[in-house]
Amino acid sequence: MTKSLINGSRPPVFCPGCAHERVVGALDKAFQHMGFKGEEIVIVSDIGCSGLFDTFFHTHALHGLHGRALTYATGIKLARPDLHVVVTMGDGGLGIGGAHLLSTCRRNIGLTLLVLNNFNYGMTGGQCSSTTPPDAQVGSGFLNRLEKPVDVCRVAGAAGAAHLRRISAYDANLADAMEAAIHFDGFALLDIWGVCPGRYTRRNKLSPKAIAASLEAQPPVGHFREENNREEYGRHYRREAADQEPAPPPRAIAACHAPVTHERREVVFLGSAGQRIVTAGELLCLAAASAGLHASQKNDYPITVLRGHSISEVILSKNTIGFTGFDHPSVVAALASEGVSRRTKMLAALPEDTLVLCAAGLDLPPCRGRVITFDFKAAGIREPDWALAALVLMAQREAAISKSMLQTALDLRFQGKVRELAAAVMEKVVTSDVV
Amino acid sequence: MALTLMEGNEAIAWGALAAGCRFFAGYPITPATTVYNAMLKHLPPQGGICLQGEDEIASIGFCLGASMAGWKAMTATSGPGISLYSEQISFAVGSEIPIVIVDVQRLGPSTGSATKGADGDIQFLQWGNSGGLPVIVLAPVDIKDCIVLTMQAFNLAETYRCPVFLAANKEISMTRETVDLEAIVLPDVVDRRTAAADEDFRPFGTSGGRRVPDFLPIGAARPVRQTSSTHGPDGYITTDADLIARNQDRLQRKITTEAERFAYFEEDTMPEGDTLVITYGVTARAARAAVEALRAEGRAIGLLVLKTLWPVPEALLREKTAGYDRILVVEMNLGQYVREIQRALPGRDIRFLGQMNGELIKPARIREELTP
Repeated sequence: MTKSLINGSRPPVFCPGCAHERVVGALDKAFQHMGFKGEEIVIVSDIGCSGLFDTFFHTHALHGLHGRALTYATGIKLARPDLHVVVTMGDGGLGIGGAHLLSTCRRNIGLTLLVLNNFNYGMTGGQCSSTTPPDAQVGSGFLNRLEKPVDVCRVAGAAGAAHLRRISAYDANLADAMEAAIHFDGFALLDIWGVCPGRYTRRNKLSPKAIAASLEAQPPVGHFREENNREEYGRHYRREAADQEPAPPPRAIAACHAPVTHERREVVFLGSAGQRIVTAGELLCLAAASAGLHASQKNDYPITVLRGHSISEVILSKNTIGFTGFDHPSVVAALASEGVSRRTKMLAALPEDTLVLCAAGLDLPPCRGRVITFDFKAAGIREPDWALAALVLMAQREAAISKSMLQTALDLRFQGKVRELAAAVMEKVVTSDVV
Repeated sequence: MALTLMEGNEAIAWGALAAGCRFFAGYPITPATTVYNAMLKHLPPQGGICLQGEDEIASIGFCLGASMAGWKAMTATSGPGISLYSEQISFAVGSEIPIVIVDVQRLGPSTGSATKGADGDIQFLQWGNSGGLPVIVLAPVDIKDCIVLTMQAFNLAETYRCPVFLAANKEISMTRETVDLEAIVLPDVVDRRTAAADEDFRPFGTSGGRRVPDFLPIGAARPVRQTSSTHGPDGYITTDADLIARNQDRLQRKITTEAERFAYFEEDTMPEGDTLVITYGVTARAARAAVEALRAEGRAIGLLVLKTLWPVPEALLREKTAGYDRILVVEMNLGQYVREIQRALPGRDIRFLGQMNGELIKPARIREELTP
């Protein structure tokens, strides 16, 4: 036993007869019985009358925004797993913060949630909440007649909470129930039913006896204990985290090749999703860096994943790159109609010396430039490798990169089997006589 | 020189780690997701925490809880997520919770275009939360800025106990670039001032002419109070009008009076000239190309790239624009920050070039605007 943690300098502010007053007393009793000191406890309070709880105790306290108490509590608990974090929330916070409640249940994080359930919004005028019975008279006119009240415990159980209990604020065992909830190694929720004399019982009959009778009639939730029994989230997190490989530091690429040119080169890949256009652009940048050149890669693709255009614009330059866009590329790899159709204006204005590598069968609009058509299919190259194959064609012609720059880029980007497959694609292009 | 290839979002993650960030939470959203990906790779193996919230409101809520427990925290999102952050941002402002918020801007309004860039949130970042108090917004231009300004964002959040935004843009965050990391001078890391053990602790109390309260984490040896309600220095609700006014004034002045200390910028200016181009973010890259070309042609055009957007660096603007006949503000929206320049420089000839079509403003377009 320790001494009371009640803050004597903050007088009670609840309406005479409010059930919350009893919950404050029971919580203090539970803290005392558990032998907790104030600095070992955090009370995270929601908005409304339940949001006043933090002020009554000499503990750590965080009073945040409506419905969000569980979000702050989660951050605190993960940063400081040694603290006992108790969240107080009304039936209002439950409704507005529903997504957070479900996710907290799914996580099974070691928080104790006390739902101060008095079936209405007390502070704002007795409007209906997510737990208001349809036959109640509340400040929302007829609207509560249209909605089914939520059974917090069954919802929480379905979402994965193990320790659940409905209890009356007038129950002599309330402090014990709180103690059991705080002791539970995981997420624990007490649905504490009480009377709101300021609003609810002015127009509705509800007594401690009626609450007790009503609680008796509720479906059981004890089975969730077994059903949802599992490791506490934070402990599980730290266990998984300990098995994660540390991420490597950023890789510095030493210049080991001479660039094929000191002129700035602008390369655009016009392809479709699934052609690994972005990877080819990255390889081109890595190849540039291997020759001490600066590079930038700007991609354009829609939100769809395996459909639609994929365009990558790469600049290689001996100077730092400023503006990352360009209109007159030195090399175009035209690999799919999806990409080509997005850059018709650019293609129409191509300079004559632009190298255009075009996939055979692709309907390329009339354009200037040196067009080289390559039949990737006939060379036995699968479509996801066409962009890589286009890099090989570029390297063969020393357009922007050399073969050795590309080899280094492949070494930097791929390992093992993938690197071998890339080498095989390269070989197919080099040995192919299909142009 | 050895070059490293990385995209802006990775660079933001590296900046955060270098600044001592140990907690990240976010909700997946293009074009910010790769910040989350990077933090998920880095933080857990180092003993940090990276979480995916059930929504943006939860994600920033986790961060605020962790920050109050004394951890440096960051979240990253785009316009739709900033909209959802709003109430939590006002909590961080009013209750002085350090946090770095990355907004990788995409073309709005609303869902807009997930994979198109814009700088459409520039006024929203300052004014998109209740109460009307100042925040700090930094705008990166390139990879180097993504690292350095993210570190500065943490340092400012720690120094002033406030949310600090990094106003990135899809066109920086998802563009890969080579960078010479060795050549970047990193700022020193700043940690929030903690209350001395032998002094009375008032969660929002200030003394000695300071405007920022000393911090103690939730979980310290002495109970710490945090509240979103209007409070006095003791962290309890107050209705005392004088106390409220003093606190509001302090929240405002702790940022505004210090603004010139962190008015970051780059310039390519001359004592006198025809036009000064003022811009920020990715558009600075096009502006630089345009200005360099015009200067090579003998035109007297200067360039001022603002990296601190809020609070508006008014003294800097007055100083840098003094020798120019006119000012051209270029930004990737339909005219947001130009309002601040007009406010700071009344009576000056201020012109505007903006674009909001998901594409970068091209150097040629800026040149055209500067050609008589």
